Amino acid sequence: MRRDITTSILAVVVFTILLGLVYPFAVWGIGQVAFKHAADGSQIVVNGRLVGSSLIGQDFSMPVLDKHGKPERDARGNPVTQPDPKYFQERPSADRYNPAGTFFANRGPNQASAVAFYKEGLASYLALEQPYDHGLTKSQVPVDAVAASGSGVDPHISQANASIQAHRIAAVRYLPLARVKQLIADHTDGRFAGFLGEPGVNVVELNLALDKEAPVK
Amino acid sequence: MAQGWLQIAFFCFALVACMPLVGGYMARVFRNEAVGLTRVLGPVERGIYRVLRVDVAREQDWKAYAKSLLMVSLLFWIALYVILRTQTLHPFNPQGFHSGTWDVSFNTVSSFLTNTNWQYYGGETTMTYFSQMAGLAVQNFVSAAIGIVVVVALIRGIVARREGSHGLGNFWQDLTRTILYVLLPISIVGAVLLMSQGVIQSFSHYLGFTSLNGTTGQLALGPVASQEAIKELGTNGGGFFNVNSAMPFENSNGLTNFIEMFLILLIPTSLTYTFGRMVGSRRQGWAIFSVMAALFVAGVVVVYLAEQHGTPAQHLAGVNTHAIAGSTGGNMEGKEQRFGIANSGLWSAVTTVTSCGAVNAAFESLTGIGGLVPFANLSASETIFGGVGTGLYSMLLFVILAVFIGGLMVGRTPEYLGKKIEAREIKLVSIGVLFTPIAALIATALATGTKYGGPSVYAEGPQGFSESMYAYMSQANNNGSAWAGYTGYYQPNAGNLGAHGITFADLIGGLTMMTARYVPILVVLAVAGSLVRKKVAPAGLGTMRTDTPTFVWLLGGVIVLVGALTFFPALLLGPIVQGLTNQVF
Repeated sequence: MRRDITTSILAVVVFTILLGLVYPFAVWGIGQVAFKHAADGSQIVVNGRLVGSSLIGQDFSMPVLDKHGKPERDARGNPVTQPDPKYFQERPSADRYNPAGTFFANRGPNQASAVAFYKEGLASYLALEQPYDHGLTKSQVPVDAVAASGSGVDPHISQANASIQAHRIAAVRYLPLARVKQLIADHTDGRFAGFLGEPGVNVVELNLALDKEAPVK
Repeated sequence: MAQGWLQIAFFCFALVACMPLVGGYMARVFRNEAVGLTRVLGPVERGIYRVLRVDVAREQDWKAYAKSLLMVSLLFWIALYVILRTQTLHPFNPQGFHSGTWDVSFNTVSSFLTNTNWQYYGGETTMTYFSQMAGLAVQNFVSAAIGIVVVVALIRGIVARREGSHGLGNFWQDLTRTILYVLLPISIVGAVLLMSQGVIQSFSHYLGFTSLNGTTGQLALGPVASQEAIKELGTNGGGFFNVNSAMPFENSNGLTNFIEMFLILLIPTSLTYTFGRMVGSRRQGWAIFSVMAALFVAGVVVVYLAEQHGTPAQHLAGVNTHAIAGSTGGNMEGKEQRFGIANSGLWSAVTTVTSCGAVNAAFESLTGIGGLVPFANLSASETIFGGVGTGLYSMLLFVILAVFIGGLMVGRTPEYLGKKIEAREIKLVSIGVLFTPIAALIATALATGTKYGGPSVYAEGPQGFSESMYAYMSQANNNGSAWAGYTGYYQPNAGNLGAHGITFADLIGGLTMMTARYVPILVVLAVAGSLVRKKVAPAGLGTMRTDTPTFVWLLGGVIVLVGALTFFPALLLGPIVQGLTNQVF
């Protein structure tokens, strides 16, 4: 018994040092030497300023202003926002695209509140896009545009979702539609090696490219 | 969908192809033979024995083996609790986090000690880097190794050929060799591969950024890759981030997703091959593998088809869930675009047949029938591959049960691999097989039948019941995946200040995890201790063979029957109701 206690105490110390300190620092060392950009979070730096990570989605909405020019707030005190029309819009997110406090939306398959959420999502998606794409119908809206992502910081949208939004971006940014579609294709992350995962359009990188090519004041 | 099926088929093929390699390697490690890595790690191994002052040549009987196992678990429990409760003193705490409350810490410590990794806390808002790597990730290795050494001891009990022997091996040697030669090397390779694709490994404080349209935010960082690799390999499943492997910093593309799923199943599948090698008949290993694989594949097919169909809420709202050009359609709620339906569905099955519990999509947002698959997998008590080690020993308990039932049916003396199965073994096996389901049902009954479970529930209607039941089935099976609306911790601000736990949920969950882990372990070691002594009866005409398709069917039937009889009435109230109706609640 006594013997087991001493051995166990020593085991706690030895394995904590080996597995809890040596191992993670060794991996960190390899990362810093071999894959520094990736290991540090695939940061995007523009003009010396950190604008995010190419792996982390961002919120491309803007505050709704009241008649005094101040941001309007809802009953809970959160700012009321609307989509910023000059940007491709991400998927719905429960955590408002905060990568330092992620959580799931936990919307169930047969909840009445979920029906209301999807109805509202469809309506506001159509209200945003239909003025630029008159033929757009409800059944053309892909499901990822109205269903919340898992992480809440999903950087991707489906290609179908992006090509609908392309009409709006082309009009707002005075770009030919073909050029916008080309940019979408350039910023689509395909399946790995052509067959693992699903393709998605990286909205952060795409919007960054748009700001560079056709800035809007 | 063809593309999705192709990915699923490729995944299964890759796993089976690696089984002989990894399984054969592990057999050599557990027979204490030299392996290729011995040249590098041999001195480390001997150094550890010297520091621990153990004589590994001395074999332990089952009681001594169990004592060492329980003692080291107890001390690791205390150490982890101390670490989690002293966060303000930690190095590597760039965000200045405070400690969690006592009740949620009790739950978390019990959870990581038992290979469950049930999480009432959110990693990036509550845990210091030190807690994550020196506390939680250490347990990811140790709890995984303990699961493996228990099945190794059981196998040694089965294969012992000398009547009246007692030794099951040396616990300290098995623990050290499992960590050094199996878990650590594969984790390092896995972590480096993950890092190359964008999984982060950083000790920096969180970085403030100003996004394209001027809003500000923070990028949470941390030593993720090192923890991610062992989290999957050791079937632990505790995410560095709150949303686990849905977070791009934990799982950044199709390749990392493939690697992570592969790591989850690598040891549980390969161990069946190791088993065949160690008992001297590969057919015995493949027989067990066939039962597991059949039940696994059935789950994958159901969950993929169900998720592709979409949910009643989506259909009632008029959302088009069919595949259209540029979108795979399906129930994308709670799923990431880069994984889509196929890889989220496959992952859901992979993580619940094993005791992993890491998720890459929100389980609470699965369709009714899709969500039934994780429930069904948990009902099988970790026999479908299961956790590392724990899966195979749970399966071997069922094998002994099936041998006994088969023996009764055809009127032959029940024997398994030459060892007679007698009253003592069957009594122990019954405890081992029934303990986990009973613990799950009692905890669920307490949580749903009393007022104390109420504050934890998030959803209305049958979904709320599903949440509660899944929480306790997951904790009893040491799985750790969650219908994440169910909570045991309220945290108004990041960093634990002003937070409080829901004591009932924290304590009953912690107790469920601990008892449902250690009672079966003791049972298995006792069975090993009883089998090791028996003389070997030579196989004759009267022996019921355990490597034939007939036995595979019998074994599969016993598992399905025990699981269904135990859980069916309760499942009717939650996921089955949800799956069979188009109504909303």
